[in-house]
Amino acid sequence: MTNGNLLLQLDGVSVSFDGFKALNELSLALESGEMRAVIGPNGAGKTTMMDVITGKTKPDAGRVMFGDDTDLTRLDESAIARLGIGRKFQRPTVFEPLSVRDNVLLALDGDRSPRFALWARESLDEHARIEEILRTIRLGTERDRPATELSHGQKQWLELGMLIAQDPRLLLVDEPVAGMTDAETEATADLLREINHTRTVVVVEHDMAFVRALGVKVTVLHEGSVLAEGSIDQVQNHPRVIEVYLGR
Amino acid sequence: MQLDRTTTAVTLVCVLGGSALLAVSNLLYPATSVLHVPDFVISLVGKYLCYAILALAVDLVWGYVGILTLGHAAFFALGGYAMGMYLMREIGARGVYANPTLPDFMIFIGWNKLPWYWYGFDHFLFALAMVVLVPGVLAGLFGWFAFRSRVSGVYLSIITQALTYALLLAFFRNDMGFGGNNGMTDFKDILGFPLNRESTSAGLMLITAAVLSSAFLLARAITHSRFGRVLVAVRDAEARTRFLGYRPESYKLVVWVVSAVIAGIGGALYVPQVGIINPSEFAPGNSIEAVIWVAVGGRGTLAGAILGAIIVNLGKTWLTNALPEIWLFAFGGLFILVTLFLPRGIIGLFAARPAIRGAPEAESSAAESAAREVAG
Repeated sequence: MTNGNLLLQLDGVSVSFDGFKALNELSLALESGEMRAVIGPNGAGKTTMMDVITGKTKPDAGRVMFGDDTDLTRLDESAIARLGIGRKFQRPTVFEPLSVRDNVLLALDGDRSPRFALWARESLDEHARIEEILRTIRLGTERDRPATELSHGQKQWLELGMLIAQDPRLLLVDEPVAGMTDAETEATADLLREINHTRTVVVVEHDMAFVRALGVKVTVLHEGSVLAEGSIDQVQNHPRVIEVYLGR
Repeated sequence: MQLDRTTTAVTLVCVLGGSALLAVSNLLYPATSVLHVPDFVISLVGKYLCYAILALAVDLVWGYVGILTLGHAAFFALGGYAMGMYLMREIGARGVYANPTLPDFMIFIGWNKLPWYWYGFDHFLFALAMVVLVPGVLAGLFGWFAFRSRVSGVYLSIITQALTYALLLAFFRNDMGFGGNNGMTDFKDILGFPLNRESTSAGLMLITAAVLSSAFLLARAITHSRFGRVLVAVRDAEARTRFLGYRPESYKLVVWVVSAVIAGIGGALYVPQVGIINPSEFAPGNSIEAVIWVAVGGRGTLAGAILGAIIVNLGKTWLTNALPEIWLFAFGGLFILVTLFLPRGIIGLFAARPAIRGAPEAESSAAESAAREVAG
């Protein structure tokens, strides 16, 4: 089962809620350094898959291997986050009353214990990293404003910035362009590609134009398992995919 | 930031300067002088300052990490009982039954031996340690279980209320050995200073003012640290902090224990100044009142908690004398009015925008956020 190149491997994962099978023996493998788009109709299990990977939901069956030897199903959310898996939610959740830079500061990877946080002073290194991230997410001029004053698109970027700050090996991004303008959507695609230079990324998205713009391998989920996998053109011409998307 | 510094400075000057001024005019001017402050004012102010310490403790957990505690008076009362036990032992042979070790109430119920948990309370330092340890350990146990099992919102509020109610019932029992219904009273002196002497009252009030100021500065340091920013993050988006790798339960536990200890110290200062401690201090209503003081002053501002506790209690003192039957209505009405028209409390009047770090959003009043916590 060990493969040096695989970063994440879901193996026969099933989750049911009150009899409803949200995930049905889902198996999926992700290579290190890859960017993968996951699409699928509502209820296909996209969000549940994210929940299982990040420890929010425990699967009824199956394994989720991270790297060679870590089974994520045994760990809780914060332990998984500290292993280097970051998650961006569908609705941007930033810490509204805190300033933009404080949001990034709290996300910077490092000691998470209360004892450390009580005495922590911002180091020069932290300062430099925060400034760099703020430049990347184009929020340098907003650094001291409370996050609550940002526009919707800016909040999405701040959340991406917080993900970068966590310095994760794997980034899970849930519908990053929902509610964005075209210009914002384009900027977000650039941002994700930039992030992908150094990290593995999984993007869950409804917006086909955006998925096409990313130009990466696509996995189609349907009723909790993988329906098709390949380039965007391949999956769009796949008869079962057409049936699922158009047939009902 | 500027506003925050001003608020802090004004708070410290008012608390320390105000109480010093009162003490001076009480002790230095003869009772006939117009500048003389009567003794009852000193003990009233001392009492208000103790309430302010309790309010500060409530604001630290409610305002900054969103734990709507409806049982904080339990920690206050436990600190008070620890001090009361010392004061009982200090009475010694001067009690009605003139027993050098056993407090009167124990002889009254026919006990002839001091229970083990009363050992050591004849030493002031031991009692002080218990003032800190008893509320701290209880809060630690309670918080460890509650936060680890992710109890939050209204469920947490209800079990804090249950905690104080359970203690109320327990302390009512005579065979608990804490004086039952009557509690403890008739204290004579503290560290040899007679409690009925006016200089002792003034001294206790000044110590309370100093302790309140220190607790205020401590709470301010905590909330301004990176720890404090994590608290606010947990308050507003707990799940998000988990995905960043934080364990909200350990942050809650730390601040919960600190808050309980502050409340306990407030209770310990309260008992020698009012001269009595009995189970009614555990009454659920007391904890709810403390939450309202904070809402009136301004939740999540620390200074607002102090201000709210003092102003509401001034009103209570005045109204319960003038029109005792309407006090509860006025109190309830005040809560509604503040919620509707002063969502950020009295302190909110001075802040044009949410410049006070960590203060909850202007649009969401204390009651609304409480409702949201209930829903979430």
